[in-house]
This record gives sequence, C-alpha cells and structure tokens, in this order.
Amino acid sequence: MMASSYNAKDEDGHHSGSVSHGGAGTAKSKKPDNTAFKQQRLPAWQPILTAGTVLPAFFVIGLIFIPIGIGLYVTSNNIKEFEIDYTGVNVDSPCYTCANNFSWNSTTSCSCTVNFTLEQPFENNVYMYYGLSNFYQNHRRYVKSRDDRQLNGDATALKDPSNDCEPYRKIGVETIAPCGAIANSLFNDSLELYYVEPSGALNAVPLAKKGIAWWTDRNVKFRNPAGVDLPTAFKGTAKPVNWRKPVYELDPSDPDNNGFINEDFIVWMRTAALPTFRKLYRIIHKNQSSTSTLPSGRYVLNITYNYPVLSFDGRKRMILSTISWMGGKNPFLGIAYITVGSICFFLGVVLLIIHHKYDTRSNSADIPN
Amino acid sequence: MIRVRNFNNDKFSIYWPALAAANLNWFCDLGVDERRVDNRTIYIGHQSSLVNEDFIPPKFCDNRIVSSKYTVWNFLPKNLFEQFRRIANFYFLIIFLVQVIVDTPTSPVTSGLPLFFVITVTAIKQGYEDWLRHKADREVNKYQVTVLENGQETPKESENIKVGDIVQVKENETFPCDLILLQSTRDDDTCFVTTASLDGESNHKTHYTVPDIERDLKSLNATIECEQPQPDLYKSLGPENLLLKGATLKNTQKICGVAVYTGMETKMALNYQGKSQKRSAVEKSINAFLLVYLCILLSKALVCTTLKYVWQSKPGQDEPWYNKKTQKEKDTNLYLKMFTDFLSFMVLFNFIIPVSMYVTVEMQKFLGSFFITWDKDFFDPEIQEGALVNTSDLNEELGQVEYVFTDKTGTLTQNNMEFIECCIDGFQYKHRGASSELDGFCVTDGPVNKLQQKAGREELFLRALCLCHTVQVKESTEQDQREDNLDQVDGLRIDENVLQPPQKERGFIASSPDEIALVKGAMRYGFTFLGLESKTMKILNRNKDVEMYDLLHVLNFDPVRRRMSVIVRSGSGEMLLFCKGADSSIFPRVRQEEVERIRLHVERNATEGYRTLCVAYKRLSEEEYAQADAGLREARLALQDREEKLLAVYNQVETGMSLIGATAVEDRLQEEAAETMEALQRAGMKVWVLTGDKMETAKSTCYACGLFQRKTELLELTVRTLEDGERKREERLHELLGEYHKRAVQDAPPVKAGGTRVCFASNQDYGFIIDGASLSMVLNSSSESNMRSYKDLFLQICQNCTAVLCCRMAPLQKAQIVKMVKSSKGSPITLSIGDGANDVSMILEAHVGIKGKEGRQAVRNSDYAIPKLKHLKKLLLAHGHLYYHRIAHLVQYFFYKNLCFILPQFLYQFFCGYSQQPLYDAAYLTMYNICFTSMPILAYSLLEQRISIEDLIEDAALYSENAKNAMLRWGLFLYWTGLGAFHGLVFFFGVRFLFSNPALQDNGQVFGNWSYGTIVFTVLVFTVTLKLALDTRHWTWINHFVIWGSLAFYVFFSFFWGGIIWPFMKQQRLYFVFANMLSSVSAWLVIILLILLSLLPEILLVVLRNPRDPHIVPLLVPDKHD
Repeated sequence: MMASSYNAKDEDGHHSGSVSHGGAGTAKSKKPDNTAFKQQRLPAWQPILTAGTVLPAFFVIGLIFIPIGIGLYVTSNNIKEFEIDYTGVNVDSPCYTCANNFSWNSTTSCSCTVNFTLEQPFENNVYMYYGLSNFYQNHRRYVKSRDDRQLNGDATALKDPSNDCEPYRKIGVETIAPCGAIANSLFNDSLELYYVEPSGALNAVPLAKKGIAWWTDRNVKFRNPAGVDLPTAFKGTAKPVNWRKPVYELDPSDPDNNGFINEDFIVWMRTAALPTFRKLYRIIHKNQSSTSTLPSGRYVLNITYNYPVLSFDGRKRMILSTISWMGGKNPFLGIAYITVGSICFFLGVVLLIIHHKYDTRSNSADIPN
Repeated sequence: MIRVRNFNNDKFSIYWPALAAANLNWFCDLGVDERRVDNRTIYIGHQSSLVNEDFIPPKFCDNRIVSSKYTVWNFLPKNLFEQFRRIANFYFLIIFLVQVIVDTPTSPVTSGLPLFFVITVTAIKQGYEDWLRHKADREVNKYQVTVLENGQETPKESENIKVGDIVQVKENETFPCDLILLQSTRDDDTCFVTTASLDGESNHKTHYTVPDIERDLKSLNATIECEQPQPDLYKSLGPENLLLKGATLKNTQKICGVAVYTGMETKMALNYQGKSQKRSAVEKSINAFLLVYLCILLSKALVCTTLKYVWQSKPGQDEPWYNKKTQKEKDTNLYLKMFTDFLSFMVLFNFIIPVSMYVTVEMQKFLGSFFITWDKDFFDPEIQEGALVNTSDLNEELGQVEYVFTDKTGTLTQNNMEFIECCIDGFQYKHRGASSELDGFCVTDGPVNKLQQKAGREELFLRALCLCHTVQVKESTEQDQREDNLDQVDGLRIDENVLQPPQKERGFIASSPDEIALVKGAMRYGFTFLGLESKTMKILNRNKDVEMYDLLHVLNFDPVRRRMSVIVRSGSGEMLLFCKGADSSIFPRVRQEEVERIRLHVERNATEGYRTLCVAYKRLSEEEYAQADAGLREARLALQDREEKLLAVYNQVETGMSLIGATAVEDRLQEEAAETMEALQRAGMKVWVLTGDKMETAKSTCYACGLFQRKTELLELTVRTLEDGERKREERLHELLGEYHKRAVQDAPPVKAGGTRVCFASNQDYGFIIDGASLSMVLNSSSESNMRSYKDLFLQICQNCTAVLCCRMAPLQKAQIVKMVKSSKGSPITLSIGDGANDVSMILEAHVGIKGKEGRQAVRNSDYAIPKLKHLKKLLLAHGHLYYHRIAHLVQYFFYKNLCFILPQFLYQFFCGYSQQPLYDAAYLTMYNICFTSMPILAYSLLEQRISIEDLIEDAALYSENAKNAMLRWGLFLYWTGLGAFHGLVFFFGVRFLFSNPALQDNGQVFGNWSYGTIVFTVLVFTVTLKLALDTRHWTWINHFVIWGSLAFYVFFSFFWGGIIWPFMKQQRLYFVFANMLSSVSAWLVIILLILLSLLPEILLVVLRNPRDPHIVPLLVPDKHD
C-alpha cells in the first residue's frame, strides 16, 4: 500500500562517488544458487567416536601389537652382537701406546692387537661395524662441509667446489678432492679379524668390502670424474689434509673401489644422526661349508691405529653383529610394541568397565524422566 | 564563514555561521601550515573586476577525487612498506634478512618463499581493490557536467571543474563538487536535495539560493569569501546555500551554482575515511597466543645458545680436529658470535610461528564469508536480495555475541506505518475501511451532542494533519494521478467515500514514514494534500475545494525537541501555527485542561503498541507573527550558536497552544520477531532494545515480541519514576538504583558459574526500562564520585536482567550505551541491529553491526546486512556458531601443529652439539606449512559442522557453549600446547631410541641423520593430519580428498624429491632417503607405533568426553541430507 511512497531506493547512490567499493560480496540481485556446496549441505559422513566404536579397536590394537612386540623382542634377542672398545684409554689396554703416541706427522702406522672370545657362534652373514662415540658427525658445520656435485663427478665442481667445504677446500692453489670436513676426517683405521684355531694358528676371516653402502649411493649419487683412469681424472687436485693416500688409491686391492665410489668412503659420507654411532665396515659372508660363520672361540683383532679420538674424548669400538629382518639388535621396538599393545588392551578393559557403568547409569537416569 | 560580495551592486553581504572553533581544530589536526589564510576568496565565473589590484588567481586543488591509494609507479614500494608495517610480516622479514646476512642453518628460501607468497597474494588482492577504486574514481572524475562559461553551456569532465566555475546540475544528478546555489528553476529560489550518500538521510532538504543575486549569471561579478574546507559534516549539513558533493538534486529541474570546494577539499572527501578496523576476539587471542609462542621461541633460542657455550667450554668439543672452523669464524668476536648464534637458533625455530597461519586465517575468513551470501535462506523474494557481507573479519564474532542491541522501529517492527485511529477533543475515531460511516468517521465513544462544534474541530484537526509536515508530493506523477482520480471517482468506488482519492497512486516523499501515514490518514478522511508550490500548500478539502495556505515557516523536527511546527497563512489571512509531536513535548506547551481528555487515549494507544503523536495549534496575531518571524530570521542568520538561538526561538513560539487531538499509527512487528528474540534469549544473549520511541509504545513492542514476559518483573528508571517522590531527581535516582541493584543483583542467586547464562525457570526474570533523560543522568551525573558507581550499578543491574529497554534515546546515546557495555568487565561482544540512519552510530560502535532493512544507503556502514530480522537467528545460531568453532579450531590446530613440528628440531640440538643443525631437510621445512598440512585444516575450517545446522537452529542453547571465547581459553590453549609438546617428544625420542642402533636395514646398512629427520617428519605429517581427521565430524568428499590427498601428496613428493639428483643443488641430502626408509621394516614399525601412540590420548579423550555430550548419535551415522 505504501510501496510507492517511501522511496529510499531511488536515492541509493548511483554515482555515490568513490566511497563504495566491493567487499567480499557485492550486491546480488539474483537468488543464491541452491547447490549443496553453497548451502553447506554436501553429503557428509559423520563418524562419532564412542566407547562402542573405539573399544573393539583398542582390543584389536592390543591383540595385534603384543604379538608383534613379542616377535620383535625375540628377534632382537636372537641377534648376536659382540662389541669391543679398542680406543686405548686405559694403560692396560693393548692400544694404549698407539692412542697416546699418536702424531699426524708420523709416517709409520701404529698397530695393536686385541684378543677376544666369542662365547657363541655367529650364524649367517655377520656384519662388522666400527663405532665412534662423542663424534659429532651431525654438527652443522660438519654436515654441510661437502660438495655433492663434486662427489657426483662434476668436472667444474671438482676444480671449484662449494664454499661449504671451507676450510678444507683448497691447499694453496690445488683443490682438495674430495673436499670438506667429512671427507677429510674419513675413518682410516683398518681392522683385520683372525680366528684363533684351537691349534693356535691364526686364520684370517675373509672380510668383504662390497655391499656396505647404499646401492643408490654407490651407483648414482657418487661418481668418479671422467678421465682415462682415476689418477688423470683427479689430476690437479690434492688429497685431503689428513689423508695418507689420494682418493684414487683408497683400495689398492680393488681398482673398482677407488675414487669417490669407494664404499668405505661412501659409508662415511652418510653422516650419522647421533654423536654415538656405528657404521658398517665389512661383511663376513656366510661360510658355505661350515655351519657358523664365526664359530665360538678366540679371535684376534688386528688394528692399524690411524684415527685419533682421545683429543675430543671419543671412543672407538668394533662391533660384530648378525642381522635380522628388522636390522640390527635393538630391543626398543619390541618393548615399545609390547608396552603400547598392553596399554591399549588395558585401556580397552578400563573403558569397557566405564562404558558399562555409564550405560547403566544413563539408563537408570533416563527412566524416571 | 562565507561571505558573498557582489560588485555589481555592492549592497549586501551574507554571513554564514562560521564554525570558528572547528576551523581551528582543523588546522591543528591536519597540521596545515599556518600561513594559509583561514578564508578563501572565490571569484565567481573567474571574473575579476579588480584589475587595478594585483590579481593573483588563487590556487585551489582540482576536482579530481582520489580514493585510490596507489599509482602504477608507487604501488610496489608503498604497498610493500604498508605490508611490512604489519608486525607479523615485519617479523618474518627480519627472520628472512637474518637468514640472508648471518650464516644460518636453513637457507633463506625456507622462510623467504612463504613470505614472498604471502606478500604477493596480499599485494595482488590490494592491487585489485585499488584498481576497483581507480575505476570508481575514474567514473566520478570523468562524469560529464555542464559548466557555464561566459554564459555558454560547455560540457566538461567533472575533474576539470575549478573553484569559481559555475556548474549546472539537472534533476536527479549528483553535485560534482561543493556548490553555492546561485540559481534555481523553481520559482521560490529553492531546490531540494537528498544527502543519502553522505549521511544516510533520505529525506528531502530544502536549500535556498543566495538572495538578491543577479538573474543573469553571465554578468555576475562577485566574490565569495568562505572558510577553508573542513570536514565537519554532521554539525549541520552545510549552510542553506551550500550544496554538497555527493548529494542529489531532487524535485528541481535545474540549478546553477558556483564551485567553492573541489576534489579532495569537498566535505564528502574530507569525511571519507575507511571504517575503523574492528578486531575480533579471536584475533586478540591469536595475538596473545603468538606472544606465548614468541616467548617459547626466544627461550628455546636462549637455552640453546647458553648450552652451546657451556658445551663448547669443555676441551676438544668446540673445535675437534675433524671439524675445524673457517678462518672467518675464528676471527669473529665472541660476543658477536654469541649473538649470531642466538639469531641462528631463532631462525631455526622460527617455524613455530608460521607465516602460513595468517594466510590460512585470512583465506578462511574471506572464503568462509561467501557461505553467508550464498545462503538461500537469507534470500528475500520481496526485494530480490540476499545477505550482504561487508567485512569478513568478524565472521566468528557472530558466534560470540552476548549483547544484542536492537532498534525498534523498522527492525523489530516493519516501519510500515498505518494510520489506525485518532482522537479529537477526547473523542476516539476509528477508521473502519470500506464500511465507514459519517464521512469516514466512526464515533466509537463520546456523546453525540455538540455536533456542530465537533465538525469544526475535526476539520481543524485534519487540516493540521495536512499542513504540519514536510511531506512532498512526487511531482512527476501528479498529472497522471489527477486523471486517475477522475477515473476512480467515476468508477466503482462511487458508493464509498467519494472524496477519497486512491491512495496507491499518490506518491509522497518524506523523511519519516509516520508523516506519510498521517497525510494518508487525513486523505482518507477527506483532506488531501496536493502539494507545495512556491511556498504555498494546497489542500483539497471535503467539499473538493482547493484551499491554499502560505507556508511561512517550518520549525523543523529534531529528536531533542521531538516535535515540529509550521506557520501558515490561510486564504483568509489568518496566521496559524500547527504543531505535532510526542505527547511529552506537546503536553507542557498546551493548556492543561485540554490535556487530561487526550492523555487517556494516548496512553491507551501507546500500550497497544501504536505510535502516538499529539497535534496542537495556535492562532497568531499579526504582532505575534511579526515577532516570531523576526526572531526566526535573526536566529537563522546568527553567526554563532545558531542552533541554540533557533531552539530558543522555537521554544518561545511553540507555547500557549491548544491541543486538538492525537493520532495513533500502527507499526507492525517484523515476521517472526518474537521467535527470533526468544531464540536469542535462549542462546544466552541479552537483548536490549534501544529506541527513540516513547516508553509505552516500546514496552508494548517488547511484550509483543516476547522480550518481556508476564512474569518478568519490570524495573523502571524513567523520568516518571524519578519524579514520583518529592525529593530531587538525583536523590531519587540514587535510591532507585540502589533498590534495583539489591533486587536484581544481590538477591539473585549467582547464575554465572558455568559461563553459560541460561536462565532457569525458577529464577525471577527482571526487565529494566530506562529512558534517555535518566540515562544521561546516570552517565553524566554531576558529582564525579557518584558517576562511577551509578554507571557500575546500572551496568550490574542490566547484566542481571533478561531484557533491557532503553527508550527515548538519541542516536548518540545509543552508541554510548553500546560503548559502555562493550567496555564493561570481560569486554563482551556486542551486536547492533538497526535499519535507520539513527542506528549508524550504534552499528559502528558495536562489534558486529547488522542492517535490517533492504536497500538503505547506510547498509554500507554495517558489517553484515540481512534482509529481515528473522534471518538474524540463523546468522547467529548457525553461521556464527560454526564460524567460531571453525576458526577457533583452526587457530589452536595451527599452533599445535607447529609446536610438534619444531619441538623435535629443538630436541635435536641437544644431540648435535647445539650446532643449529636442522633435523628436517629444507624442502620439508618449507613445504610443511604450505603444502603438506595446510589444505586439510583449510577444508576443515570451511566445511566443518560439528553440530548440524538444523540442530543449531533448533536448539538455541547450543550457542552458549561457545560463549566467552570458550574454545580459545587459556586452558584449552594449554591443552593443545601440551598435546603438541607430547607429540613432539614422542616423535623425537621414539626415533631416537630406534636410532640407538642405526643399522635398520636387513642388509646391515646404516641410516644417517637425514633418515632420522625423514622418519620424524613422516610420523609428524601423518599424526597431525590424522589428528585433524579425528577432529573432523563432517566428512564431505572435499575433506576426504584433501586429507588423504595431502598424505598421498607427501609420499609422492618425498619419492620425487629423493628420486632425482637435482641439478644446481650443492647437496643431495635426501637422495633415496625416503625410499630406503620405506625398505626398512623397522622404520615402518616405528612410524605406525608412534602415530598410534600420539593419537592414543586423543582417542581416549574423545571417547571419555563423548558420553557427556548430549548430541551423540550412536555409531556411524550417514548424513541425512541427500
């Protein structure tokens, strides 16, 4: 009735100046679309976790985790591991002299021998690790002190590696190859293992050098620079300061295991996560003829002691270990699984009780109303 | 002060009221240099006759409006500068710069890329908005206007208008700049103007030409002296000759005016300022949480730095032979090194405060607001419009409202006035539509004697209704209407009231719908207002004779006086003053013996919810008129205190009147007003009605919409109750406040305990009524010491009442109340809803403003506009609730996920010699917040419906669950932080114990530090995503897509990132790390274990919490929709 009279709309600023500019939604004269999305009515699944749904889940988790945990624990326990510290801190330890008379300048290497006894035979492949403690391979300055382009065989990076390699980048005018702190501090003790036959004769245990590095590292990530042979390829570069031999002479016994693709080198270049770590050194392959790879008995470990660790209060170990499907010996996973499984199971029980109590309570509360 | 000097006939000068004080302020405020004179001289038409004097054409700015902020050239520097003024952006910039300058653990890319992304997106958005402004500016600036140059009409673009140009404006055009009206085509030298786009008032204002100006503008040679431009718009909308830019010419064919202020110096431009930024409570919470996290960040960095130097002090640790420092490092000063170390740690841990949170919050708000505009329930088929969102910053505040301030007229009621009845000399007349008798009158009470006299009074009353108003007839349709009239009269309606013209065709324009209702009411009873032509009002009376009245003066309506009057001279030369206004303002001004007869009717009408007005008149003798005329003229031309002087004259003239009668106009309630109000109250909101109406009317409206119930005990603090006793008002006020306080606050049992404010049936409901006069006494009590306590008492009483009614409020008082409540203890969130220009101040003041009615200009002052009051229910209960829930969860989740992201990195420092070695690869650091975990939470924060919309609307009490920022309380924040810390610890130490023997592959090979980080990161990404999945109660396909998609993307990306030897990268840290990790059974097992262990407490809590939740539906229920 009054529609014509009160004309507010006419005055709606047509050309009201610059003051009005569109916000999130400017005037819409059309009816909004009636789509499920725009009306917030998309079909939806609305799960609600209740004691009823979660209870079985708890029991199931418990029932799955506990056996896995037990399996893991047993597996871990079945792994045989032998560890010996040969640092030579104590006066009575065999490597004491080597450790304390260490000098970077000495040309002759110091050797020491450690005797040990394996109580139990080691079956299947046995893996020989060296372990270092208080060695911060994960220090930032250390971790970044490498040039992966150089290690990948890049010719320009070989001559002009990244500045990250400082202060192990150049000696005078010659570039260091491989550059950087990691490469420079390559672990260079050599370990030899001898089985002491009941007769007293020393029987050298064959130690395989291949297969200790990741396949992709050895074949893709690390590559030697192009050249007729390695010495020419590395021509014009210097060996790292602390090295005794150039990179292309790392393994005199196997020409394919030299240069950047030397597996010991590759293993070392994969920086460890924690200051106490182990790295795979050699593999003792299963002996086809005899039952155990390393029969129980006395052994001699011959160490060429080149690697000083006492200056930073470090320790060196040699570890012999068998391996299972879960890797090396580590009871943690098994215990964790058993614990979590038990907690789930226990919670399941508790929840069941609460659930029952609550149900009865709510039922009795509902009835009077 | 504006002074026109006419050189042709140098006989007059006009003074306009100077706003001297304001002028001074303007200089101070804007810091304009003082050499500028405070007057400007304008040569009309650029004609200077003073050739002998040094004529320096004064330099004024051109008429270009520039609302845009940037130009193409300054966009980049200016925009960047403004963006980096935001504290968060600046922080990230600093972090980025530190990364560039100092040797830091992570590359500058990790923080530079997200920052660049954010800055770019914001710059694009702002650039687009500025482009829109440019476009709007251009439209205004290129607008074609007609300028008179030497008498010739020359078309010009608006921006080229110079001060002094004579501009011609036609009907319905807006003024291109501030003009002094020189000439109008109307005979009476007036023009009509609406200032709708300036102040939202859509009524027509009359402006007058400068008197005694030459008719021929070509030969006009004059100067104008006026004050320098100043922004005071609201004091009075310019003197009567000043036409403001932005106003629209109405009902006048053509005017000519001289430009006095142009471009950025016009009142509109000076008044234009962006709305003040309203900050939501969520934003404040974010800032508080940020502060906490900043403290965590700083302390982490501090702890690490300290420990680093402690650790290094042991021999052999700082620089073992295998890890020598570079020469540069050795040369650096120790303290400088410490400082850079500290910065490095900051950089390493800076991801704890993510850039992406701002982006996600902004995106959530921006995208989320579309759901309001898209909602078809807000669509009103009548006006073909839906809801409007003017700001998306306040979405979540809609879910937090504690106080709703609503206007009555037009908001609770429809503002669709209908004349219901009138009362003349104590006799009630009710119009009964077609079945009316006795000339459209139906005498329902009162004796039938003295008919003769009564008829005279009736006619006087109806004449008063016809004359005493500012209504205008739409001229364009007048001709048609007359024809229509004739048609109708000859037609079927002949048996009805013959003289009743059809109402629909007659267009009236007025500032208030009441006036139209009255004029139409009079029309129904046989008196038709035909229009105002050159100060002559024409009325068609019952006998179809046209009566002419000269309109001598209009004593304008204003909310303080609450009445308006006209002085007219009838055809017979009689001087009459008609006055209509609120009863309270009329009764004291009429003879008291007349009052009692009418008061009864007025009060009864008021309790029925009608709006009542009283009509009085007065015969003026020639002397009286001359005196009044002189007084009014003098006051209008007064230089100072013009308003006060006018008011005094008005008061003087409007005395000794005689009361004729009263009118009742009905204003119907809005659709579903009662249901909406009830729902709001059940949701725990306090509804306050702020109205300019009188108490009885407002009270009845409150009863009608259920704000007051029968059992509600009303506490009244009005002039009436204050004047009850014999004592002074102040004492009475003190006494009443004390008493009410005792009743409502002290005796009432404490309800506030649980934070929910649901009123229980057992409690006595209180309603509080206060009027404007009492309120100003409460707020501005004379004695300083009392004022505080009065205000507090008042607030406390109000807070314990279910509904508060404030009547007789001036617009400013409305805003005052809102401000008072807003700043009270706990700073509650307020919402104002209103539709009129008088609500603008209140809407601007409240946290959330809503404009009720359609298509009003002032809609732009509101943050949200909905077509009808009933839509408020869904807007608050459903949209508000969901928005709040979503954004609160978003915020908590963001802090959580970044804490458990960074905590392992912090813990790793203890194992890497505090060397700032990052645990994760740079790609993971960068992508974590951008790609891997951002989409699920964004989808959640847009789509989550913890409780379905239907339930939310149905059960209003659910709204109060979120009251008082419930989801962002410190307790909950601590819970989330604790959860994040727990997850971080689990991730780190779980993997740490696994790595006590790094030989994790079945071929005896070992994992390095990057594998360590990758395992932690994998657990992290899966856990935080699954945590969100656990929280998601509303799984649409989008949720499924982004949650599972994110995880799949993470896996895919990791393969891809580690699958290639990336050229140009110095380090190939992650080469095949991820693939090798997956080849290890132990890694799989540990990932599954840690994810499960992390989520275990969460699942447990969900299960334990659920039974208390009354809204659980058993087991997995597919959605009902579709």
